[in-house]
Amino acid sequence: MSTTPLSVMRFRLIFSACWLILIVDHCLVLYMFGLPFRESAIDSIISNILLLIPCLLIMNTIRYYMPQRDRYFNIFACCVALALITTELNRFVLKLFLDYYSSFTTLLYRSLPIRFSIIFLTMGCITMISVLWYNWEEQKQNDARKTDAEKLAKEAELFKLRQQLQPHFLFNSLNSINALIGSHPTEARKMVQQLSDFLRGTLKKEEDQWVSLEEEMQYLQLYLDIEKLRFGNRLITDIRSEEMTGNLQLPALLLQPIVENAIKFGLYDTIGETVIRINTSREGNDLVVEVSNPFDPHTSSAQHGTGFGLSSVQRRLYLLFARNDLLKTGAEENIFTTRLKIPQLVA
Amino acid sequence: MTTIIKVIIIDDEPLARSIVKEYLSAHSFIEIVQECNDGFEGIKAIQLHQPDLIFLDIQMPKINGFEMLELIEQPPCIIFTTAFDEYAIKAFEAHAVDYLLKPFGQERFNKALHKCMEQLQKGTGNPATRDLLSSGPISPAQSQRIVVKNGSKIKIIPSQDIWYIEAADDFVKIFTPEGSFLKSKTMAHLEKTLDPQQFVRCHRSYIINLQQITRIDPYEKDSHVAILRSGVKVPVSRNGYGKMKGVLGL
Repeated sequence: MSTTPLSVMRFRLIFSACWLILIVDHCLVLYMFGLPFRESAIDSIISNILLLIPCLLIMNTIRYYMPQRDRYFNIFACCVALALITTELNRFVLKLFLDYYSSFTTLLYRSLPIRFSIIFLTMGCITMISVLWYNWEEQKQNDARKTDAEKLAKEAELFKLRQQLQPHFLFNSLNSINALIGSHPTEARKMVQQLSDFLRGTLKKEEDQWVSLEEEMQYLQLYLDIEKLRFGNRLITDIRSEEMTGNLQLPALLLQPIVENAIKFGLYDTIGETVIRINTSREGNDLVVEVSNPFDPHTSSAQHGTGFGLSSVQRRLYLLFARNDLLKTGAEENIFTTRLKIPQLVA
Repeated sequence: MTTIIKVIIIDDEPLARSIVKEYLSAHSFIEIVQECNDGFEGIKAIQLHQPDLIFLDIQMPKINGFEMLELIEQPPCIIFTTAFDEYAIKAFEAHAVDYLLKPFGQERFNKALHKCMEQLQKGTGNPATRDLLSSGPISPAQSQRIVVKNGSKIKIIPSQDIWYIEAADDFVKIFTPEGSFLKSKTMAHLEKTLDPQQFVRCHRSYIINLQQITRIDPYEKDSHVAILRSGVKVPVSRNGYGKMKGVLGL
């Protein structure tokens, strides 16, 4: 439920101040028209309290009953009726209190149209302010809901993006373990360990978590070691990290799809030895990671854009930094290079 | 039956081959004539040894298992071994060729082997494999490229490089900037496997690559002619014109 404008301290002060001005003004006007000060004050206080009650009523009603866009005429009619009733009540009560002052009755009757006008205008203003206020409140709630929904969708999307390449890798690794159990039980055991550590790493990390480069590289090493076991001596890795880059931060699991992509085109789609290079360095406030792999320009797969792995990285970088220029790819002869920049949020 | 069965194992992972070898060692009537790392080696080995049975992985470098089979004139009995390929699994389910999902155990392996033995004894060749290969798109890679044999060389044509395809008796002729290539496939098969947003059967005897078209002119009554970027003209039938308009959203 939306809150009333009066629940906000600032608005309460403004509202009270307005009412005070109204009372003082009312009193002064009557005084200038020749009514003694005491009577003017009584008239003003009674009139304005009687006006305050329906105004509060309106404010509260609109909170529960928001007029539709085409119902503004009803509101207008209500205001007129309420203003008439209030004026009549005003007349009755004032007469009761100030009947002793002889010329008051004449003044009261002559001023009735003006009183009505002022009451109606004040009510109109209050109504308008209330409608605007509650509209704005509703808008705010809608926005909050939308942001929440977007956040959820984003999380789901990230989760889905992460799941894409796993099953193929997992089943093939299990198959390799199956083969090793008979011939090389010790290696089989080691591979089970590596695979478990790798999978645990995938599961426990949250997408919005930042990890150090060192941690992420250790994790990638697990993955590369498993691939090395699967493909025998075909895979060679060349990892070079500049000093002082180990502590730099990056979003968890961001490098993995890039390396997976390099493996996919470099190892799965070429024949013979494959060298995958990973270089890390620091450029100003950015961590730069370069991954390169050989590929075959003749098999069409590499020609088809960046492939799935990289479009998901691109999307994630956009969701995280709202920038599209952090991921660059280039192909030179038979080498495909992916260059990733990660701005360091904590300097 | 005591004849020796000649087997070739084609898989790009050495460990995956070794598990097949291990399972095969339990059977005395098997002779492994060669192990291959990829489809190219596979084709050569099959031509050289004329095996009775091959164990074939699907995801392999350069050309996948299906594409390799397309290039073999008379495929022997085949047992597919694959880890996870939803396209392949779909295709398998519709056909009776046996396949092993990695990782598999000895028992399941023996069952597949027995199935193939029965087929070999019946001497029916391997009609199921042929069915499998002539069915629609099998893996996403196949809608993006066509593999052809050019003499003894294997050529991989990315689909965007194709100008158009012409029917020629039992073959199709694929026209590219580098010349034309023959492939023993039907027009219907190619129409089904290639991306329908890019390739349209514009005529009974022609499939055209829409991205290559610069202009379509009327030609005689009821028919049109498409002019490609390379200047080549391809006939378009009335029916084909309708289809092209549909895809192009005209």
